Amino acid sequence: MTPTVVFPVIIGGLYTAGVYLLLDRSLTRVLVGFLLLGNATNLLLLSTGGYRGLAPILGYAEPDRMSDPLPQAFILTAIVITFGISAFVLAMIHRSWALARNEAVANDEEDRRVAGRHDTDADELDPDLLAPEDRPAGHSDSLSARRRTGADLTELADDVTLPLSGDER
Amino acid sequence: MISVLAPLPVLLPLLGAAGNLLVGRHPRTQRAVSLVVLTAVLVVSVVLLLQADSSGATAISVGGWPVPLGIVLVVDRLSALMLVVASTVALGVLWFAVGQGSADGSEETPLSIFHPTFLVLIAGVSNAFLAGDLFNLYVGFEILLMASYVLLTLGGSAPRVRAGITYVVVSLTSSLIFLAAIGLIYASTGTVTMAQLATRLGELPAGMQLLLQSMLLIAFCIKAAVFPLSAWLPDSYPTAPAPVTAVFAGLLTKVGVYAIIRTQTLLFPGGGLDDLLMWAGLATMVMGILGAVAQTDIRRMLSFTLVSHIGYMVFGIALGTTAGLAGAIFYVAHHIAIQTSLFLVAGLIERQGGSTSVNRLGGLAKRSPMLAVLFFVPAMNLAGIPPFSGFIGKLGLLQAGVADGSPLALTVVAGGVVTSLLTLLAVARVWTRAFWRPATQEPLDDTAAAAASDAGAQAREPAPVGTGERSADMSARKAAWSAAWQRHEQVATAAPGVPATRAASVRALRPLRPLPGVMVGATAVMVTLTVSLTGIAGALYGYTDRAAHDLLDRTAYIDAVFYGHVPAKEGE
Repeated sequence: MTPTVVFPVIIGGLYTAGVYLLLDRSLTRVLVGFLLLGNATNLLLLSTGGYRGLAPILGYAEPDRMSDPLPQAFILTAIVITFGISAFVLAMIHRSWALARNEAVANDEEDRRVAGRHDTDADELDPDLLAPEDRPAGHSDSLSARRRTGADLTELADDVTLPLSGDER
Repeated sequence: MISVLAPLPVLLPLLGAAGNLLVGRHPRTQRAVSLVVLTAVLVVSVVLLLQADSSGATAISVGGWPVPLGIVLVVDRLSALMLVVASTVALGVLWFAVGQGSADGSEETPLSIFHPTFLVLIAGVSNAFLAGDLFNLYVGFEILLMASYVLLTLGGSAPRVRAGITYVVVSLTSSLIFLAAIGLIYASTGTVTMAQLATRLGELPAGMQLLLQSMLLIAFCIKAAVFPLSAWLPDSYPTAPAPVTAVFAGLLTKVGVYAIIRTQTLLFPGGGLDDLLMWAGLATMVMGILGAVAQTDIRRMLSFTLVSHIGYMVFGIALGTTAGLAGAIFYVAHHIAIQTSLFLVAGLIERQGGSTSVNRLGGLAKRSPMLAVLFFVPAMNLAGIPPFSGFIGKLGLLQAGVADGSPLALTVVAGGVVTSLLTLLAVARVWTRAFWRPATQEPLDDTAAAAASDAGAQAREPAPVGTGERSADMSARKAAWSAAWQRHEQVATAAPGVPATRAASVRALRPLRPLPGVMVGATAVMVTLTVSLTGIAGALYGYTDRAAHDLLDRTAYIDAVFYGHVPAKEGE
């Protein structure tokens, strides 16, 4: 059996492109990158089966001329899994778009806040006295009773004299 | 009998999930099905544990295929223990979730989805613990990951989708590395059955072994959140609903740890990469706990301690001695229970105090002494205060490290002690701020912080799809933000006269919503379990010692697979 150069080149190319796309912020590109990586891995599995043979069916081919069926079974399983996860990621992209009109990977706000805190012991201070960026972000989608009522918006908008535009102060 | 029982921890939850989908419109039936199924799994696991302890490892070839061809499920002491702990924790969390569901109605968590997915998650975890070949382990991982994607993004709110995206992408990467490793292993040895790999991998060239081992370890270290690969965890766990975070924190990373144990003992027993793992363990402990100390949100703090304490287990595995492994396995069991309890308590705190940020909590010890006890006991246990199992686990690991005696091991021992102290600091800060300081210091509803925070939450509410509503939503959002800013200005400029403004704005404390009894009950049972680990510590440590012995010996596992109930040792 002669080793073929086609498989390694295709697999390597797919891995390269897949990793490149996976590192992107845009979720659609991440998904495409994942699909490429998945296919690269499937080809890798296929190439582990060794040389080309006949279909592995008893009575159709002699056992020593059959191709190895196990990698193909692996690939079928992997394809099904990839398919399911792709569908899920697509749903998440759609949801992200519906929520934020944005399908990029977002930053973790709370993480940024902790990292950017001026005072190392900022949590010893009264939140009232902290600069706004040092306060806890409304991080958890909490079970707070205030949010449940849904009356907050009008309540908030009513009790202040509104609004100075930014350049007036 | 064991051959009948062994597949049940995978089969029962899957059947239960199917049943739950069929009765999706009847939440009451769903709850009953889930509880019955998980109780049955727990009973089966306990029987398996007793069997495995008395008669050693057993293998079952599913479907009657001879061993290297078919799928093997292996029950040995390690996997049986993991099954028991996992099903116990799952049952506790399910009970908590049922309590939460019936207290909230199904508006927050679509229950018809929660129950089947939760059962599928447990099936995946059990499958990973029982898998006797690498590909089945991969399938187990995928089952549990798929379920975890759904659970993490339950409800589809913006923070959850954001967290879910990170989690999904990282998990996908780890799975692909694992799958590629399986491909390479199959190409080089011609098998994926772990017992057969145990003998064949040793015959490969050293470089090839190193490549395969590092690929497997990288894949598992991502799942176990070992330091350089752990950044995804504190990012994604805290936003999920309380029961989901609890079960994730308890089980999912430990499946990764379990896989690392198998890799380092069964597949590559030579102790290769142990030094590297030990460094990784040290870095995980220290970096994780430093992260935890910096947090002001309880759930994030707990997520960082979760990462940190994975370091202890990695350390025990990297020692490669019986004592080290026994300590690591004990620590896994302890840590599953303790992290789950703490996250459940965090869920209760959020319910009671309306927040998980220590800046906004206060006076909880007075307002809810029960909650204070429920937090204090596992928190001290996590930090490793003597009577509790955390102390016993840490002591065992540190002793194993000292017995090893190499400079590296001693460095990690020192790191472990420091980590333990810093853990105490982290939980003590939560304790003093959220529970112990007077409630009057708590920023009340009228402060700018509260307003800004709530406006922020409002602004992230799902935007309705549709352009007209959307612009309305945008203006509402702007109004909320400017209102928040106005309040901030008021509070800030009125600073000298704070007492007056405050006195005017102070209202009575928000009336306490009583915590649902079922949720408190479930949490209390979990906390009691973590405490009772101390009582059975002697027996448990003896068991983990025997398990570690089996792992290092390897013959029990390999013999079980090849001679157990299998008709013939089908060779190549």
